[in-house]
Amino acid sequence: MPARLSPLSISVLCIGLAILYLPILVLIGYSFNASALVSVWGGFSTEWYRQLIHNDQILDAALLSLEIGVVVSTLAVVLGTLAAISLVRFKRFRGRFLLTGMVNAPLVMPEIITGITQLLLFVSMLRLFGWPHRGFTTIVIAHIAFCTAYVTVTVQSRLQSADRSLEEAAMDLGSGPVRAFFDTTLPALIPALASSWLLSFTLSLDDLVISSFVSGPGASTLPMVIFSKVKLGVTPDINALASLIICAVGACVILAAYLMRRTERQRIRDAQLAAQ
Amino acid sequence: MNAWLKRRGKWLIILPPLAYLLVFFLIPFAYALIISLSDTAIRVPPYSDIVSVSPDWHINLTLNVGNFKYLFVDEVYGLSYLYSLKTALFSTLICLGIGYPMAYAIARSPKSVQGILLMLVILPFWTSFLLRVYALEGIIRETGLLNSILLWLGLIHHPLQIMRTSLAVYMGIIYSYLPFMVLPLYATLEKLDHSLLEAASDLGSPPWRAFLDVTLPLSMPGIIAGSMLVFIPAIGEFVIPTLLGGPDNLMIGRVLWDEFFGNRDWPVASAVAIVFLVLIVGPIAIYQHYSTKQMES
Repeated sequence: MPARLSPLSISVLCIGLAILYLPILVLIGYSFNASALVSVWGGFSTEWYRQLIHNDQILDAALLSLEIGVVVSTLAVVLGTLAAISLVRFKRFRGRFLLTGMVNAPLVMPEIITGITQLLLFVSMLRLFGWPHRGFTTIVIAHIAFCTAYVTVTVQSRLQSADRSLEEAAMDLGSGPVRAFFDTTLPALIPALASSWLLSFTLSLDDLVISSFVSGPGASTLPMVIFSKVKLGVTPDINALASLIICAVGACVILAAYLMRRTERQRIRDAQLAAQ
Repeated sequence: MNAWLKRRGKWLIILPPLAYLLVFFLIPFAYALIISLSDTAIRVPPYSDIVSVSPDWHINLTLNVGNFKYLFVDEVYGLSYLYSLKTALFSTLICLGIGYPMAYAIARSPKSVQGILLMLVILPFWTSFLLRVYALEGIIRETGLLNSILLWLGLIHHPLQIMRTSLAVYMGIIYSYLPFMVLPLYATLEKLDHSLLEAASDLGSPPWRAFLDVTLPLSMPGIIAGSMLVFIPAIGEFVIPTLLGGPDNLMIGRVLWDEFFGNRDWPVASAVAIVFLVLIVGPIAIYQHYSTKQMES
């Protein structure tokens, strides 16, 4: 498409981006409001940030969420990559249809339904086997299920477009199929693995509905704590927390995108050099 | 060993994800179906077993379809299904109305700016959904930015009541899911072959006609994909109607939550979930299955 922007397109873009960013900017502004009344500007203050550091309930919940996020995204990347390899490389196997359905279903399934059904399973399992107790374990199990679906879809599309000639060359030179895969195709998958790990981490960190269903007493993730506080009204310390989270996530995403673009460019340059 | 590995080795790769999703994703639905057919009971967990063995060794299977009948008798459920459908449908259309021009503008902007604009659209998607819904409250509440500006401009004399209305629910959904609409639209519009538009204009089509005849039909896959990405999460939405909506904005997700946590009626909640699955998720899944098949062929 040509590089010509009409004033109309520019104003459309401005309106759209304003819709996306204005609420976040206003929230960050309020987080520095000295007045506890959200409607009144009482001058600049970092009071709410100071209170936040001393709020054990929020800090514990944040720590729990981070722990869950790391465990979930690591395991989901492993399971999702295995599922993607299965679907791309093995054209026929019993259960292929089932696996295809199960990696696509979580993407269209409302969280609330996944949450209810998984809770019912955990309750019955606990009665039958005495495991798992509701809390950290059940949240991790439930999150892995839907994160695996997202990882599979991401890795699958990368794997489909991956060049197999290198892998075949390695096999011609005497590598076994597993070794050849690890030496040639896996390095090319790393950007996809990294972005799906990040995606799983964010999805897990952000999940409220499924966690609320499958969690038990004593295990409250950060979104659960935020939700219960926000339901009661606007709280200034949540403004501070929200601003911190949004800025941290924003910085991480921009950094990750920059790094990924750099490695991708490097890879293309290497490929061009190799081709010469 | 080696021969066995060659023949069976692929199951080492297939089995872990297959078994995991089977046990922790698919089987739970079977459980929900069973529990939707049981009776509510005052105990932990709050439902009765559907299979029981009597002292004289009769195995009794008790299926209670009353939970499903109850969904038709009590009109709260029917109304909330309809309200969810309506809300999801209209917010998807409004998202399309805002997202299409945005995606079009991004696709037509210089290549150097495109990356940054896309990043700006994607970034909110990565930040917490819950926090963004909360942030919207700062704009639309009675003392929020929107009312302050309108009062200051003299357009209104009393603050508008937006919070706790349908309007707030619509604004919440549009604000939260707009990136989902823009991205697939951008992906199709960016690939659009510009020579087709030139051909149309050479043949005498005015720009609006060329848009309707060329751009719009060619961007149909993006329109459908974006609409699905907005419609699907919108219809099961729980957080937005709870935080922004009022008591009248009963979306099905909220009814499910209340049934489960408020009334502790697990069998009825399971029945609501099963009906939701059959009426709404089922058709969407079938549609997606056939549309991907069509695209592949």
